[in-house]
Amino acid sequence: MSLMSEMSQKAFDLGVPISVHLDVTYRCNERCVHCYLDHDDHGEMTTAEIKGVLDQLAEAGVFFLTFSGGEVFMRRDFFDLLEHARRRLFNVKIKTNAVMIHEEEARRIRSLGVDTIQISVYSHRPEVHDAITKLPHSFDRTMKAIRFLRDEGLRVTIANVLMTANLSDHYHLQKLAAEMGVHYTVDPTITPMMDGDTSVLALRIPGEELTEVFHNPALVANMEEFCAPPKAPTEDDLEGYSCSAAHSFCYISPYGDVFPCVQFPLPSGNVRKQKFLDIWNLSPQLKEVRSIQAKHLTVCSSCSHVNSCTRCPGLAYMEGSMRGPSTADCEKSYYRTGVPTANMLRQGAEKAGGMPLVQIQPLAVSI
Amino acid sequence: MSETYIARSSAIAARMLAGEMMVMNSMDSTFFTLNEVATAIWQAADGRTPLREIVRNRVCEQFDVDPEQAQTDAQEFVAELSTHGILLVSDHPLASEAP
Ligand code: SF4
Ligand code: SF4
Repeated sequence: MSLMSEMSQKAFDLGVPISVHLDVTYRCNERCVHCYLDHDDHGEMTTAEIKGVLDQLAEAGVFFLTFSGGEVFMRRDFFDLLEHARRRLFNVKIKTNAVMIHEEEARRIRSLGVDTIQISVYSHRPEVHDAITKLPHSFDRTMKAIRFLRDEGLRVTIANVLMTANLSDHYHLQKLAAEMGVHYTVDPTITPMMDGDTSVLALRIPGEELTEVFHNPALVANMEEFCAPPKAPTEDDLEGYSCSAAHSFCYISPYGDVFPCVQFPLPSGNVRKQKFLDIWNLSPQLKEVRSIQAKHLTVCSSCSHVNSCTRCPGLAYMEGSMRGPSTADCEKSYYRTGVPTANMLRQGAEKAGGMPLVQIQPLAVSI
Repeated sequence: MSETYIARSSAIAARMLAGEMMVMNSMDSTFFTLNEVATAIWQAADGRTPLREIVRNRVCEQFDVDPEQAQTDAQEFVAELSTHGILLVSDHPLASEAP
């Protein structure tokens, strides 16, 4: 185990929020077809409020801080916030579309000691990328910014969300990233809108094509292990917890709302009304998420995949129960290994082709 | 004998977790944890206080250690952190690089 995973495990065991994702705005200059956000400003936290939150996070033990949005540079005070975060010695990662980053911004980001910049790119073909972002020339601007950042010596990662519109482009984009000397990561997860609108899920890659993605050695590092049939879960596995959400990680929205994760819209408190640490330690919602072990899961506890499945409790929550299965992860488990999941068997479908691709219910809560 | 001055680099992230200081250099993502003594030295690295004084005031007074041994250990520790770009070392006072 690396020293870093050892410390992350320690934070998990002690319940220290070692990592926080903070969206500073939902406003954006792009209008990506798959985006789940309402881009209007409904009363974002002010500069002073965010700085106050950052002070509290530092005190609570947060080490890894991700600034994201919306587009972070839509906030004119973003550098001010970034500077404050670095003064508080966070390890900072920024997620951006980079279209507003020029040489000067790249230099400032570098001088502030930012760890990583993750930039969304959808294709190596400008017309495909621009059709997804709906911002003309966004491909050219983003690529230019990536070069500026790379030339400053920053660690840049191209994040490629895969959907039907760009499914055939990942090979070329990965190659382009390698030529440019930047990292590349791929994500086939499309998330329902925060308001429960599931129409964007139609953009998800159909199951059969996921098989191709998962069995592509260029995209999956150790494929044999990745696609191996699941090992039967042990008693210890059933005592285990699913992910870091609410254990050592949480999400804060531009309005100060705290959630277990970016992809887990269970309102758990608001930093405008309560101290961050009080929410972290006392929120009944976070406590509930924290209490769930594999053995408490309604369907998954009897599933042979439970140990290796990427089951996201946030997506499960959006489907109706944080203790239930998440259909998107069921599909991934099935297409990865070819072994039917407990959820599929429960529905009497031996083949994934027998079940509807998306079964997500609208959100029961409004946030 | 010339003094040694130490300052923290601006590329550093740091946080205490369960009594250990986690330190990470954003330039190359090297990740360290510092024990109590090392943390005390690191926290006092303001670029202006000579290392000898830091060891005397922060280390020898707070931890039960032999002063000469502490000085040698501190020199080694500082040399190691400087090779990873985590501490800047000079025989003149340094301006702090912190953002
Ligand atoms: S599995 Fe889901 S809830 Fe857990 S950290 Fe990942 S996205 Fe968040
Ligand atoms: S494959 Fe489906 S049923 Fe099995 S553990 Fe994963 S989410 Fe649960």
